[in-house]
Amino acid sequence: MSLKTFKGGVHPYDGKELSKDKETTKLLPEGDLYFPVSQHIGAPAKPIVQKGDTVLAGQMIAEAGGFVSSPIFSSVSGTVKGIEKCRTSVGDMVDAIVIENDGNYTEAAFDEVEDVTKLSKEEIVEKIKNAGVVGMGGAGFPTHVKLSPKEPDKIEYIIANCAECEPYLTSDYRRMMEEPEKLVAGMKIILQLFDNAKGCFGVEDNKPDAIAKLTELVKDEPRMEVVPLMTKYPQGGERQLIKAVTDREINAKMLPADAGCIVDNVETIVAIYHAVKLGRPLTDRIFTVTGDAVSDPRNFRIKIGTSFSQLLEAAGGLKNPAEKLIAGGPMMGFALFDTNIPTTKTTSALLCMTVDEASKYEETACINCGRCVEACPESLIPSRLADFSQQKRMEEFEKWYGLECIECGSCSFGCPARRPLAQAIKTMKKDALAAKRKK
Amino acid sequence: MDNILHVTSAPHVREKTDTQRIMLYVIISLLPASIFGIYNFGWRALVMIIISIGSCVLSEFCYEKLLHKKITIKDLSAVVTGLLLALNVPHTLPFWMVALGGVFAIIVVKMLFGGLGQNFMNPALGARCFLVISFTGAMTSFTYDGVTGATPLALLKNGESVDVMSMLIGRTGGTIGETSAIALLLGAIILILLGVIDLRIPGTYIITFAIFTLLFGGHGFDLNFLVAEIVGGGLLLGAFFMATDYVTSPITPLGKIIFGIILGVLTGIFRFFGPSAEGVSYAIIFSNLLVPLIEKWTVPRAFGIVKEKKEKKEKGGEKA
Repeated sequence: MSLKTFKGGVHPYDGKELSKDKETTKLLPEGDLYFPVSQHIGAPAKPIVQKGDTVLAGQMIAEAGGFVSSPIFSSVSGTVKGIEKCRTSVGDMVDAIVIENDGNYTEAAFDEVEDVTKLSKEEIVEKIKNAGVVGMGGAGFPTHVKLSPKEPDKIEYIIANCAECEPYLTSDYRRMMEEPEKLVAGMKIILQLFDNAKGCFGVEDNKPDAIAKLTELVKDEPRMEVVPLMTKYPQGGERQLIKAVTDREINAKMLPADAGCIVDNVETIVAIYHAVKLGRPLTDRIFTVTGDAVSDPRNFRIKIGTSFSQLLEAAGGLKNPAEKLIAGGPMMGFALFDTNIPTTKTTSALLCMTVDEASKYEETACINCGRCVEACPESLIPSRLADFSQQKRMEEFEKWYGLECIECGSCSFGCPARRPLAQAIKTMKKDALAAKRKK
Repeated sequence: MDNILHVTSAPHVREKTDTQRIMLYVIISLLPASIFGIYNFGWRALVMIIISIGSCVLSEFCYEKLLHKKITIKDLSAVVTGLLLALNVPHTLPFWMVALGGVFAIIVVKMLFGGLGQNFMNPALGARCFLVISFTGAMTSFTYDGVTGATPLALLKNGESVDVMSMLIGRTGGTIGETSAIALLLGAIILILLGVIDLRIPGTYIITFAIFTLLFGGHGFDLNFLVAEIVGGGLLLGAFFMATDYVTSPITPLGKIIFGIILGVLTGIFRFFGPSAEGVSYAIIFSNLLVPLIEKWTVPRAFGIVKEKKEKKEKGGEKA
């Protein structure tokens, strides 16, 4: 039997056994919390609180700065200390609202809905929008925008991205094991928006227990289906997932909706459930602290805004000195030079590596072996694109489909000459997109 | 945090295989043919291999030392070139000639064009052709069991019959590494299993050549002749170990197939319509020159691009 998948991809060591069987534990934040106003793609949120204001947990502290934007909520009760610049996990300095945590976690009032099926489509989208739900897999695209396609009748598939193909990460897996009902309930809410759609849970086959759990839960749901997928990186890439589940292909210029699909990550769908059914805004998520340098790798239910350093401490700190700390997974995560940064809606893991082999390798000459070509899930020729990038040949770069790159890093991963292919391609892609915007 | 953290761009993990390991795999896969060559032709074959490898590695070392470049001999690519060159010459060749060939392969074909990854022609084959042109007599006289005689392919060309079984085993005259089809195929299987090569180039090469032989070989559907043509001469050695040289073959998947077809046709033309019974070396180095062009024509469509065009047409149609 051949499992559903896409062409290309790589098989990195997945490291999930470190934390996959560790049940999530609740972690309450300490000290001041920083809430960057930009935790999503689109316009930054606009702060609506002032220094000295008292806020409740779940209270909005910054409103959406436009349609493609999302509000920010405080995850604790306390006093606003002001707005300061703060470093985020991707390295940018951004404005952040600082809140002094009073340690009481007094919550704002949330209106729970008795019967979700009685809500209109507009009400559902409105609730999702007002709860600040964004794509929590990393991209941070505002979910209400995704759920408002031009032609809702043409949406045939709602795909729950349960692949979690990035090595080491186990937050989605824990959610599927501990609260699969919420995931299914969230999917039900989304299906209410799209009359012609089917809900598909795409799960990699290295999580057989999650597949079994979900299959059991959806057996009486005629509009839902669990789709086991081959375990291969980047199976959870949006375009790769759509290909595997529906056999449809989209390119960089298209939206999933162009192929009749909407893709949402596990945490996002659970956040949709919280927002619509319980009326709760997005203030917490599951977060994995893992890696061979961590004393006690585990999964936490965190209040968004908790600092990386506190999470590391809660996992017993480092047992070995680490050479590299990464926000996210090893394939697409961001290397950190400091843990004094806040978690946001989109940060899912802290990975601590004792030895950083990757940055010690010496780059040698390309031998044209074609391993990058075989690995590329987008059928590109990464070695040539990297050459074009180094030679600043933007025209050829675009002609050889450089802008289709999804930045998954599979090419660099497999390169025997240790070339930083993905890095070079990302650089030129950024320049090329910037040049396009100028025009 | 008292230690200094590394900050680099993703991905933060890499696969273990590096260039050196790939070259090592190629060397391992050439061992069956090398060992059989030594067994078949005696000590001279062993010395030939050692001198050829020594000449290649030393040439690379001296060139880089003299020009104050980074010494790259530990990537083992010069060892592969030296070994391939030795397998491509008769065991009776004067040793100084193979040494000269090694210098030519590394200095002229490889280093002058920028070193590993930049040469447009397979160094070992470039050197072999250089030796054939310079020392035709020494390069084309083959002695087997003390008797100088024609190779099986030359016999076939003259319309004589050959013993296919001894060609499979390799008990015939020829260059050091080309005679034993079984040893070469064993090496090819190792290469494929280790993931160094796939069948795109050698497969299309051999199939195309087989079809060409059936059509234009002049023997119709003569299975004995067909098999002898495939296992004879340098075809297997060339198809699996030299046409697949990464640097001098196309990187695009479709390009590899076109490359294999061109190789098959050219080898057929050279063998059946040329003056020599051999044709593999020239077919490969000539096709090497076409690689940039083949790649340019065969840039694969990126994922999802085809559908977009179709959809545009559909949408256009709706509007009209």
